[in-house]
Amino acid sequence: MNDTWFQILGALPPLLVALSVIGLFVTLCIARHERLVYAMTVGGLNLALVATIALIPLGPVAVTPLYIVDFYTLFFWGVILVATLACAAFAVPYLSGFDDRREEFYILLATSALGAMSLVAARHFGSLFVGLEALSIPLYGMIAYTFRTRASLEAGFKYLILSGVASAFLLFGMALLYGATGSLAFTDLIPPGGYDADAGPWMLMGIGMMLVALTFKLSLVPFHVWTPDVYEGAPAPVATFLATVSKTAVFALLLRLFVSAPITDNAWLLTLVGVLAFASMLVGNLLALRQDNLKRLLGYSSIAHLGYLLTTLVAGASLSIEAVAVYLATYVGTSLGAFGVVSLVSSPFAGKDAAHIDHFRGLYYKRPVLAVSMAIMMLSLAGIPLTMGFIGKFYILSVTMASGLWWLTGGVIVGSGIALFYYLRVMAILFMDRPAHAREPQLSGTGDNWAQTVVWLLAAATILMGIYPAPLIDLAAVAGITLGS
Amino acid sequence: MLLCWLLFIPFIGGLACWATSRGRDNAGLARVIAFLSMAAVFVPAVVVWFTGDFSLSGDPSVAPAWQYEIAADWISRFGIEFHLALDGLSLVMVMLASVLGMLSVVASASTVKSRVGVFHANLLWTLGGVIGIFLAIDLFLYFFFWELMLIPMYFLIALWGHEENDRSTNTAAAVKFFIYTQTSGLAMLAAIIGLVFVHYDQTGVLTFDYNQLLTTDTSGAFGMVLMLGFFLAFAVKLPAVPFHGWLADTQANAPTSGAVDLSGILVKTAAYGLLRFALPLFPEASANFAPVAMTLGLISIYYGAVMAFAQNDIKRLISYSSISHMGFALVGLYAGTMLALQGVVLQVLASAVSTAALFILAGQLYERMGTRDMRALGGLFGRLGALPGFSLVFVVASLGMPATGNFLGEFLILFGAFATHPWFVVIAAGGMILAAVYALYMMHRVYWGTPDAGGTIANMRAREYTMMMALVLITLILGLFPNTVLHVTQAVTHDISSWFAAGVIAAAQAS
Repeated sequence: MNDTWFQILGALPPLLVALSVIGLFVTLCIARHERLVYAMTVGGLNLALVATIALIPLGPVAVTPLYIVDFYTLFFWGVILVATLACAAFAVPYLSGFDDRREEFYILLATSALGAMSLVAARHFGSLFVGLEALSIPLYGMIAYTFRTRASLEAGFKYLILSGVASAFLLFGMALLYGATGSLAFTDLIPPGGYDADAGPWMLMGIGMMLVALTFKLSLVPFHVWTPDVYEGAPAPVATFLATVSKTAVFALLLRLFVSAPITDNAWLLTLVGVLAFASMLVGNLLALRQDNLKRLLGYSSIAHLGYLLTTLVAGASLSIEAVAVYLATYVGTSLGAFGVVSLVSSPFAGKDAAHIDHFRGLYYKRPVLAVSMAIMMLSLAGIPLTMGFIGKFYILSVTMASGLWWLTGGVIVGSGIALFYYLRVMAILFMDRPAHAREPQLSGTGDNWAQTVVWLLAAATILMGIYPAPLIDLAAVAGITLGS
Repeated sequence: MLLCWLLFIPFIGGLACWATSRGRDNAGLARVIAFLSMAAVFVPAVVVWFTGDFSLSGDPSVAPAWQYEIAADWISRFGIEFHLALDGLSLVMVMLASVLGMLSVVASASTVKSRVGVFHANLLWTLGGVIGIFLAIDLFLYFFFWELMLIPMYFLIALWGHEENDRSTNTAAAVKFFIYTQTSGLAMLAAIIGLVFVHYDQTGVLTFDYNQLLTTDTSGAFGMVLMLGFFLAFAVKLPAVPFHGWLADTQANAPTSGAVDLSGILVKTAAYGLLRFALPLFPEASANFAPVAMTLGLISIYYGAVMAFAQNDIKRLISYSSISHMGFALVGLYAGTMLALQGVVLQVLASAVSTAALFILAGQLYERMGTRDMRALGGLFGRLGALPGFSLVFVVASLGMPATGNFLGEFLILFGAFATHPWFVVIAAGGMILAAVYALYMMHRVYWGTPDAGGTIANMRAREYTMMMALVLITLILGLFPNTVLHVTQAVTHDISSWFAAGVIAAAQAS
């Protein structure tokens, strides 16, 4: 097989997603048929998932200087595809009450997933920027998709404007780095004086600006202010996508940048990242304490979780990449479940406060499967044993302890302690007596059963991975080795 | 095989109880299943008690002598195994857990009316977690169970809490309990991971196995930090004085049988943890830390007693008295002589039994009188059948009257500690006087004094009577034939005390 075909084979999963997006456009030009559109989206994503798994024995493939498809990439492609599929499943019942065109949502979803996949495989500023924009631009549309509710529209605008500013920072940072090194590839970002030399102020400013842009996407403190508003306003399946796919892709990219670019091996920079991590853990958890809206609560909790994750960048231990892979996988699985329940319970087109915590009171007596799943997800987010969230937390503590980062260890412990308040509060409410005036959770019919099955599967996986995490750990270990070497 | 049986029976029984609640709530069946599950743990444990060989091992420097041991790979990436083992100490604790488990089932029969199946499922899962703690010797597995038992406990308090309060008060108490123990538990997890990495640096082997970690050299400042991580978790659970904030609230709000669990077993996991992990893994750091820990123990003794005296709620009084009891255990633990450690084991058992009995009696009293406020009670002796009599028995047990196990526990602790820490013993002994004050004062306020009216209010039911007689019997056995217990635990306490003695010597040389 010649080299070009080999590269195309390596890029097969995103190509399949891209093909399905094009196919969707063509189909929509001919006829509007929601079921067909959904089937094509899901079919394309599933094919891509199969291709991702089939590529595992292949070994690293460099697809042009822009992309690299190694096991690390494949791992996160898998995570992204699964999360996108779950979002699509949640979108069907959610949108069934939406009296406007529903088909375009799936095109936006698939395009955004394509951007995320590109981001994960990027090893060059060009592909980084293309990936990030392909991830973000469809998101503006998705967040404002239910544009007749004011909150949704407002959230869309907020995200659009702040995202634009972040992109400007990113481009400026890239330009500075290009000016200093004359290259756009991650591995060429060497300080002018050689590998061990100090980075000059311009390079530090460049990487710092890139960091600002990326931490905005990860909604880390102090660039987190948009998060709760956007999560609250966005349709629940989109909030799910934001919390899982978007975060995973950007973090995977950030990690690859930190591992492969020599410039990032800088004490000052790492301290800065450590401070961001510490602040995110505490601020995210503290602000989540007083939330009554579940979407806002989960938004703040995601800030804290990204803070925990960020400690691995500071640690730089050999275990770090593996820890990130495990933690992101567990976090994505858990968030999908939690948001899935929210999007199933909150009846979407009846007022703004659909995700208010009161609607979940006594859910156990109405929808026991959903309530138990939600309780499991809350325990997993809190990092209690028997759930996979605990395995993630175990990894984070292992990494910080192995690197002797006492203050970050302390931050993780204190942050988790605070977080218990609000996770337990949600959990207790699920089992309380149901008030008489509570709105009944609506079963819309279309796709509801399948979405509920997805939630149930996620809950089962959460428990299963919590009891026997070895398969996940093995996969993550391989991903860690490929990137680390 | 036996170990798996002991561990999994409660979990399986819990599932069965839960299954009965599906559809029609079949309360009676759930109670029977729960009781039989606990009996199925208790009976094999008794068999081992009589058939096992618990004689002193010759050389304590070799790995501990386990009666039964079972290991299987779990997470090989970190050298984590599913590793259970049983020795005299674990056996005693498992028996305590199963006895109190049976009692909880019986005691809750008249108070728990709603969602009975789910209640017993949670109860059995808590007990399963506790038994897991006593059997696990892989530190990861140990921590796993340590946290695992919190979840069903949380539901027990939050959903079946004290009837007088509304739900939010109970939930608040449950959350407080969860946060205290979980946060300190995370500190312990960090310490466990730190210990594993220290061991990895020294030997190149990544393992969470207790037997192997025992050989780690944990001297120096880093060992001290790790030891503090363990100590923090145990001190919160014990609870020792600055970390006691959760106990009274939690126990006052817990359902009757939940309270039994909490005081009887959860609290004892801490004493077990100190004995099993903190002292043997960090002998030198523990020896250095001993004066501080013993001072905390003394403060707990006095603080618990004084606070108990000031309470109006019977349950709160009892929980403060258990703080006081655990203060003695802390003094004995860090004295570290074999005699003192044996005393700690006895004290833990006896205090668990007497505290549990007092809680059950308080629950029965509440059921009959509709209040636990001592200001509203009085003159009940002779009007409640045998209930005041039993109260008197356990009150004097609680204050350490000879012929009860509590007396022997405190006596052995003080006797064993005197050789090394005479002044601590002198001060601690004063606490026993205060115990007599608060215990008899409670007796006086509730049962003596002029009755409001003549006549019997309610007699004890046969079920309650049997239960109390069993507890009286256990207390007397512990007090009159302590060798039944001491014989079983002698090998363990001997090992621990010799490790600790080596730590004391090493600490003295280092300074």
